[in-house]
Amino acid sequence: MCGIAGIIYRDGARDVGHDMTAMLQSMKHRGPDSTGYALFAPASSQIVMRYTLADANDARDFEYEDRIERHRHEVEARLRELGAQLHEVEVETDYAYRATMTYDGDLKRLADFVEDVPGAEVLSLGNALEIVKDLGDAETVADQYKLEGFNGTHAIGHVRMATESDVDISGAHPYWAYPFSDVAVVHNGQLTNYFYWRRRLERSGHRFQSECDSEIIAVYLAEKMSEGLTLDEAMHKSLEELDGVFTYMCVTKDALGVAKDEMAAKPLVLYEGVDMVALASEEIAIRAIIDHEIDTYDPYEGEVLVWMR
Amino acid sequence: MDAVGERRINYDARGLAEPDAEVPNVSEVDGSSAVFDAAELTTRQINLELRNLVYERGVSDVTVKNPGSKHSLGVGILTRCRITFEGSLGYFGCGVIDGPEVHITGRVGWSACENMMSGVVVVEGNAGSLTGAALRGGDVVVKGRVGARSGIDQKGGTILTLGSVGSMTGFMMQRGHQIICGDAGPGLGDSMYDGTIYVAGKVKALGIDCVPGEWTAADSEFIERKFRIYELGTPPKFQKFVCGKKLYNYDNLEPSERKLVL
Repeated sequence: MCGIAGIIYRDGARDVGHDMTAMLQSMKHRGPDSTGYALFAPASSQIVMRYTLADANDARDFEYEDRIERHRHEVEARLRELGAQLHEVEVETDYAYRATMTYDGDLKRLADFVEDVPGAEVLSLGNALEIVKDLGDAETVADQYKLEGFNGTHAIGHVRMATESDVDISGAHPYWAYPFSDVAVVHNGQLTNYFYWRRRLERSGHRFQSECDSEIIAVYLAEKMSEGLTLDEAMHKSLEELDGVFTYMCVTKDALGVAKDEMAAKPLVLYEGVDMVALASEEIAIRAIIDHEIDTYDPYEGEVLVWMR
Repeated sequence: MDAVGERRINYDARGLAEPDAEVPNVSEVDGSSAVFDAAELTTRQINLELRNLVYERGVSDVTVKNPGSKHSLGVGILTRCRITFEGSLGYFGCGVIDGPEVHITGRVGWSACENMMSGVVVVEGNAGSLTGAALRGGDVVVKGRVGARSGIDQKGGTILTLGSVGSMTGFMMQRGHQIICGDAGPGLGDSMYDGTIYVAGKVKALGIDCVPGEWTAADSEFIERKFRIYELGTPPKFQKFVCGKKLYNYDNLEPSERKLVL
């Protein structure tokens, strides 16, 4: 089933970590397997990289701690080797890290070089985007990664009920649009031409972290935008070229967009207020952050809506 | 709901287990009227309170404050009474009801009034997809817009929408009426077996086997009556759509058999 949520503030940054956690926790029943966030802090000149060196449910053998430590040093060495000026590496869990750095080189090269370290997976990379995802419900993940108090301008999130791939961090949303910085997607639905697009995008040089069809959307949109389309245009194009039933949300540094397939088979409720736009699979998620009566509605089939912050 | 030993575990709209939910008894009762605040209650507690008031305490007019878009509220009420929800409902609101007159001041989520047998549900705001799915009887009046596939598998009753409706409205409709004052999305009346759909606005595309119907005095009288009952003013001009009966038409039953089936 899965549940998705998005929020964009029209009056500057707020505690988006708190709001997104409240929205996602209220939809726990739609997906208890994993929870993920794509949070946008106010853009900075520094690069933030979120990455993991193992999955949450990987076996903890006798070598585990030594191996992780070794790989962690290897990642940091490689970042320095590419010319990144590493400011801080925060240890979020015993397998997840947040590195801040100054780097003006090729982000794809950096991501590829890091992911060449065994077990390493770059979850997000950019000046503003931070993707956090792990097993469990929203409160569990928010506690684990200390997301309460995350000051940001917009965000999307996802609660996952795994149906077509494993319960692990790789299968959890959101997906970063590797190798394009600051683009992420959450999706509720199924793509029926997944393999067609995966092969096509792989031939263009993209790599995929998972077997999840949703990852296609992130890379697809980012590639279209890199060809010169706006987010709105890329999302409209996706309605023609992606088959299946879906409602998905995409965030970039400045925008939040949502698209529904032509059957309108997956739910979405939308609230457009003076100070924020909030949208979710269920209205109960929007009510979790707004304590007064509001007007909401369901966008129709084939609709694409984009809001700028 | 799962059975665990002798205890039955129920889940509220947030997926929280409620193994021991009891009637909360939080209402202020004044004769045949009662009011209670649902803000801090779970779905099951709200429904238990409603049922207790209506069935056990002889209350015929209940006001529920702050329903908070929780799912499955007001379901399974099988007696005549008046219920007002001051706020919005989530999914499956007022499903499988037979008799009540319900007024919702906010909006409703997906699948409101599913399998409703009789009564009236008036929604002041918008409604999600699948409104009135498998509706058997009664009237559903939505003063805002409605999502996709409203009246899917409709077997009777009337869905009256003042705004527009989404795609596949009246999909596989078998009986009853839909009155749509706004526009209709693509696939209107797709694969309908019977029933009538009236649209005042534009129709993006008709569904398979849905065709324009011949307007009669009975159509005008029916629509005017509904507008009069719900004080909706003068009805706009409608187009009528019915089943072309070229695709599927299995209705070979005798009238008496049809009564039993429908």
